[in-house]
Amino acid sequence: MPAYDALLDSTKVRHVLVRHEQGAGHAATGYAQATGKVGVCIATSGPGATNLVTPLADAYMDSVPVVAITGQVARPLIGTDGFQEADICGITMPITKHSFLVTDPAEIPGAIAEAFHLASTGRPGPVLVDIPKDVMQANTSFSWPPEMHLPGYRPTTRPHGKQVREAAKLICSSHRPVFYVGGGVLKANATEQLRELAELTGIPVVTTLMAKGAFPDSHPQHLGMPGMHGAVAAVAAMQRADLLIALGARFDDRVTGQLSSFAPDAKIVHADIDPAEISKNRHADVPIVGDCKEILTELITSVTSERDTGSADLTPWWQQLSGWRDTFPLGYDWPSDGTLSPHYVIERIGALAGPDAVYTAGVGQHQMWAAQFVHYERPRSWINSGGLGTMGFAVPAAMGAKFGLPDTEVWAIDGDGCFQMTNQELATCAIEGAPIKVAVMNNGNLGMVRQWQNLFYEGRYSATDLGTHKHRIPDFKLLAEALGCVGLRCESKEDVDATIRKAQEINDRPVVIDFVVGKDAQVWPMVAAGTGNDEIMAARGIRPLFDEDDV
Amino acid sequence: MSKHTLSVLTENRPGVLARVAGLFSRRGFNIESLAVGPTENPDVSRMTIVVSVDEQPLEQVTKQLNKLVNVIKIVELEPSTAVQRELLLIKVRADGTVRTQVLETVQLFRAKVVDVSPESLTIEATGTVDKLDAFVRILEPFGVRELVQSGMVAVGRGPRSITATAVR
Repeated sequence: MPAYDALLDSTKVRHVLVRHEQGAGHAATGYAQATGKVGVCIATSGPGATNLVTPLADAYMDSVPVVAITGQVARPLIGTDGFQEADICGITMPITKHSFLVTDPAEIPGAIAEAFHLASTGRPGPVLVDIPKDVMQANTSFSWPPEMHLPGYRPTTRPHGKQVREAAKLICSSHRPVFYVGGGVLKANATEQLRELAELTGIPVVTTLMAKGAFPDSHPQHLGMPGMHGAVAAVAAMQRADLLIALGARFDDRVTGQLSSFAPDAKIVHADIDPAEISKNRHADVPIVGDCKEILTELITSVTSERDTGSADLTPWWQQLSGWRDTFPLGYDWPSDGTLSPHYVIERIGALAGPDAVYTAGVGQHQMWAAQFVHYERPRSWINSGGLGTMGFAVPAAMGAKFGLPDTEVWAIDGDGCFQMTNQELATCAIEGAPIKVAVMNNGNLGMVRQWQNLFYEGRYSATDLGTHKHRIPDFKLLAEALGCVGLRCESKEDVDATIRKAQEINDRPVVIDFVVGKDAQVWPMVAAGTGNDEIMAARGIRPLFDEDDV
Repeated sequence: MSKHTLSVLTENRPGVLARVAGLFSRRGFNIESLAVGPTENPDVSRMTIVVSVDEQPLEQVTKQLNKLVNVIKIVELEPSTAVQRELLLIKVRADGTVRTQVLETVQLFRAKVVDVSPESLTIEATGTVDKLDAFVRILEPFGVRELVQSGMVAVGRGPRSITATAVR
């Protein structure tokens, strides 16, 4: 209450009144991912604060700079189980980069300044500032900027010269190298440097789910996304590589598959700003701690001089890579039951909205298809929940992205399961002026779980049918209209382009398209959970054999 | 798995112990012993943590600890180059028939009697884990009424200080 009373007089702070605190948290994440600036969300004590837990955990896993400010009960009430009291600092300790409980009004400016500094520097992450009510009501002297006191916080940004030279040597002498690019390259705004180094060396690039857009999808050196639903060429390249140059990536289990059989022949150069990531999952032969932009800049210099003394011929490697890429391109079959293909819908959205749009996604099949079938050419054009896998992320994240980039077309590609978790924020979008476009891939089911039931549980579909098809509950078109949006529905291939175009023409309100798609479409390629990446299936029943023509 | 002694310098602020202890439990590491106290600098606390892990997870836990904003510095103290001590308070049954024997043991271990009653003695002893274990073993036959032991504290041998350069 005291903070909001003061907000009423503010001319600088744009406050967006959301419908649920989780929406505020994901919107802050969407804003931060789209703009590179710190996203801010604010919630009251107790349940307001605990509703931020999911988005904070999400931002923590994906290293997104977010500052959350929460109210707390007055100091004398702390620890008494007061009304709407929750120890949010304690609750969020494992899911924030840091948190502050401000117990002295004079410390508010310092805590806020430190929170923004912590959130946005080093490895970015969410920071929480918890302020008791009586601290907010008190008077104090104010000076800006306040002095920051963080004696234990000294992130390393400049890489070690010797390590960079070691890496450059390996880069130039390896015969089957791969750049394994993670979200850290986007966070460090290092995409230009990445492109320069990649083109200088001719080395193939794979971009993880968090790094889509860090290297243009259309670039001939781009092999696609690695991992559980990665492109065959990207997965195979890593498995057969003799050198992986990991840049701002963390060897996540969805990328490595079974760790013991991941990239068995590869030496590892691991560049990351967080020393704790290096050799956490896979031993790094050459560790480089630093900011990806500085590392890449120094690598370009080092590699350039190293190449003067010669570099390995990558022609045989590219022959092999091209073979895999040509034999196993990403693709899909039209559903045999004649229903609308979700792959096709997403492909058309990507084609019509183009690389200048920003795309967000929820979590599940539609997320993977959006990663596979939209072409990302620019950094920060793809925003999703990678680490935590938070269903319901798409709509609030798109809202945050739209507030950050009001002149950019923002598409939330969502599933019917995800959409039912957070669609209340469409009311916020409608009232506060965030005309986003939401494409619901409505297959009536929790599609990814259903796919696993189909593949690994003999088609025993337990608790995955949402009834959205059977009963048309909710009717997404009517729901959208009730929330102040335009609701559209599309059920056939012929109407897909026209419906997307119609949505693109509406810019005074959010638009929701209910794409009624088949429930049996699946995400391929796939590495089954717990198996090694060599077991990748390009499509159902089709396992590429990599060993026949090794370099 | 081997035991490692970590000296962790932290900011002297509320909640730091919870952050450190929470980190150990959520990353799946077991704390064998933990002692916290002030240092010569009132803004800095020092924790001595004994943890049983292999070399590689030790590196990981150290890095994770270093990521805590309130943690200033971590040093691993090798037993051969550090002085390590624990404090033991033990209440032993000691009536007139065995009191002399108990007191002899106290002298032998250079321990100290801090409280006396007709049926018991309360003894204070400091030393390494091994010494205190031996002391307790000798006293056990007399009947241990109560035993309380501190976590280990440790400091490196020689003139060097790990706190001198820690705070800018």
